[in-house]
Amino acid sequence: MQGSASPKLTANAVACRRGDRLLFRGLSFELSGGDALHITGANGTGKTTLIRVLGGLTTPYAGDVTREGMLGLLDERPALDPDLPLGKALAFWTKIDSAAPGGDVSDARRVLGLEPLLEVPVRYLSTGQRKRAGLAALMGRDAKIWLLDEPLSGLDVAAIDQVTGLIADHVARGGIALIASHQVLAIEGLRTLELGDYAPRQMAGDAA
Amino acid sequence: MIAALLKRDLGKFFPFAGGGAALPVVFFIAVAMLYPFAVGPDANLLSRTGGGVVWIAALLAAILPLEKLVAQDIELGTFDQLRLRGITEEAMMAVRLVAHWLSFGPPLVLAAFPAAALLNLDGPTLHLLLVGLLVGTPGLAAIGLMIAALTASLRAGAALSGLLLVPLALPILIFGAGALARQDAASLGFVAAISLLLVAIAPFAAGAAIRAAREV
Repeated sequence: MQGSASPKLTANAVACRRGDRLLFRGLSFELSGGDALHITGANGTGKTTLIRVLGGLTTPYAGDVTREGMLGLLDERPALDPDLPLGKALAFWTKIDSAAPGGDVSDARRVLGLEPLLEVPVRYLSTGQRKRAGLAALMGRDAKIWLLDEPLSGLDVAAIDQVTGLIADHVARGGIALIASHQVLAIEGLRTLELGDYAPRQMAGDAA
Repeated sequence: MIAALLKRDLGKFFPFAGGGAALPVVFFIAVAMLYPFAVGPDANLLSRTGGGVVWIAALLAAILPLEKLVAQDIELGTFDQLRLRGITEEAMMAVRLVAHWLSFGPPLVLAAFPAAALLNLDGPTLHLLLVGLLVGTPGLAAIGLMIAALTASLRAGAALSGLLLVPLALPILIFGAGALARQDAASLGFVAAISLLLVAIAPFAAGAAIRAAREV
């Protein structure tokens, strides 16, 4: 279904600001199929902003981003209707992503332990359960490039292992994963990018 | 894809589908019920002024769903996820406009029958009222959608949207209610023209507003 072309994600001298404050500048990298990049940095260094820029949701202050391949985003908001039971909320995204085979979705639900929760309205789910539901929606898609904003926050120890494994599988299948996280990630071949290193000079002192 | 989106939006906003979305219709009927008590049971006065009251009730009822119309999906990240799937903001807003109108336009047109009975409106007046509401409510929906999208990222957005809708909806009200006063169907043509223009602009204006709301 997906073209055989390897996915690509490149950032070229990207700079971002929030309000009047320059968060980082001169950020460049190039990721292709099978690459995983871990974005680290103190709170407020712009990890979420970077992810949104890479996803094309906001425009960078300077520089440019190119993407080849479908993007998938997992952030703090799983985009599931709080009033609907989880099964129905997920079914909406399955319908939108009708190109993806149905088997993948139910696989993802089983692996992530969501089967017993399908009748529960989304607003009653815990943070970790919501996070897993968002990941199931992401896995149901045919996205080659995963942008993950704090994918492990709120997860219990077993789920952290599971999710890390899922990310590693995705990368091993030739996908790209870009993970902004404070946690340590056990993924083979993971590169790390410290966002604080790209902060403007007067800010670098504060962040250290 | 668009069909799935429309189905979800309708499920969210259609009356009786849950979430208290029947409120605009209840509000509309309540105004028509209370008005005779407020001005007294003079049948002549009621039939002369009743049509205008129905129009005001329709306009105010259109404000009620605005709070949830756009802001909630920005908060949930739904629009972001749809964007990543290659659906443009304009398409999302066009679908939402259809869902929003379907959720209050036709129900208000139906509710105009009991309202007309309560206000002693005669046949020709009811006819003009129904046609007027049918062509005017899409315009009200379009104004509502644009305002909801523009105010979605503001903290007092809900209160502001009510204030903003009233002056913008005045042309529709003037021509819509004016048709009743003069028993003249021609001014409904103006209502239809205004509605058409607003419906054409709304998806683009609201889509741009959603994109702008991300750049904070």
